[in-house]
Amino acid sequence: MRVIRILLALTTLVGATACSPIQPWVKPFEREHLADPIMAFDRNPVSSAYLDHVFEAREGARGASGSAGGGCGCN
Amino acid sequence: MRLNSSFAKLLRRTGALALVLALLNSAAPAGVLPEDRADILYHRYQGGGITIDGPSVLIRKKIGDSLSVSANYYVDMVSSASIDVKLSASKYQEERKQKSVSVDYLHGKSTYSVAVIDSKESDYVADTAVFSLSQDMFGDLTTVSLTYKRGWNDVFRNVKLADGSKVRDPTFTDIADSRGYSLGLSQILTRNLILGLNYEVITDEGYLNSPYRSVRYFDPGSPRGFSLEKEFYPRTHTSNAASVRLKYYLPYRAAIDGQGRFYTDTWGVNAWNVDFTYTQPVWKRWIFDGHVRYYKQTAADFYSDLFPRAQSQNFLARDKELATYDAITVGVQASYDFQIPRVRWIQKSALTARIEHMTINYDDFRDATATDPANGILAGAEPLYKLNANIFQLFLSIYF
Repeated sequence: MRVIRILLALTTLVGATACSPIQPWVKPFEREHLADPIMAFDRNPVSSAYLDHVFEAREGARGASGSAGGGCGCN
Repeated sequence: MRLNSSFAKLLRRTGALALVLALLNSAAPAGVLPEDRADILYHRYQGGGITIDGPSVLIRKKIGDSLSVSANYYVDMVSSASIDVKLSASKYQEERKQKSVSVDYLHGKSTYSVAVIDSKESDYVADTAVFSLSQDMFGDLTTVSLTYKRGWNDVFRNVKLADGSKVRDPTFTDIADSRGYSLGLSQILTRNLILGLNYEVITDEGYLNSPYRSVRYFDPGSPRGFSLEKEFYPRTHTSNAASVRLKYYLPYRAAIDGQGRFYTDTWGVNAWNVDFTYTQPVWKRWIFDGHVRYYKQTAADFYSDLFPRAQSQNFLARDKELATYDAITVGVQASYDFQIPRVRWIQKSALTARIEHMTINYDDFRDATATDPANGILAGAEPLYKLNANIFQLFLSIYF
């Protein structure tokens, strides 16, 4: 009976939140640290691209070394 | 005849795809165009008998509120007397020039990007097109990127004439095409922590080995105990790579960056690497970085340092980049921000120097130039090869 109550409560909770938009849990005004240039995935593209180029030439592996085209979304 | 080192060959193949990251993939989050800047860089790689240096110039400029264009000019000047060259040919010099242009178009939370890259040298011409879409979502906490790359490569072979001049061999020409598909995710986890995930498939078809490099096989009739024959690779190659990256802002204004990557391909190479960077700003104008990277891989299925006989199997490789080895790279970078007086259109400038030292320890690639049967060093019993290289960069960045 206790398990059923917990499941019922969880179902109600999920049901109540299913249609609401996802709220950013880190608000824009809380992204000061993420906006710092030292937090950029790639601070100097011309330099890191060259180094990636050297590693890719020296190593058998290749690919998936980029930074997903994204940063912190905080500007 | 000139012998291409595997490094120079791979420089051609990877140059376009690696440098396009500078144009497309890394400058800014989707939903925000990258800042206007110009970089003038000098690069130098020295190790294993190879010296490669040259300039790279990258300029990026916004046009209006939704368009950003960039252009890159890059040169590799190669002087090679690598271990491959020493084994069966003579020192050579080569030059590769690469030009690329990209356009980023911002529309709402989406960024559409297109880039074209052209790379030319005397025996290899590579053209690459890249299409990319990035989308910000969930209150700009998440950025998803999709990228498609297509490469068209023409492979030639140079021969040296009696007067010492170099011409293309009219009896040899081939092609190598490539396609790459990648999916990326950038996710803000906390106010101090960002996660990056990447997955990329690359598939090549065509002439994928070097027209110059040889493999060696046991030959008791030879004074050295081995003879050489041309390497021969499969005409298709597909790889899968996945990486995860975390970057954390420390409480005292510093950052630590960690990345791990796993790799596997249809040639039997399995690899992984980890990469850590620590960034520390000091004295208002300086930023210092410390970097360490460890890489490990297994050999390709058709790789051998010394084959048992001539034509012993369908595919033959003795490229040390297809051997079993591990590598460690350690580096530091120092960057100094400054203002140029009386030049109002320049907002700020930075001068950066970066040096990395790479050590590669091969487990099944031997120094075949050390064979000396008279002194008891027989073929297959030479010392294992070890490579040390220094990688240096000096660049000026101008933000306007």
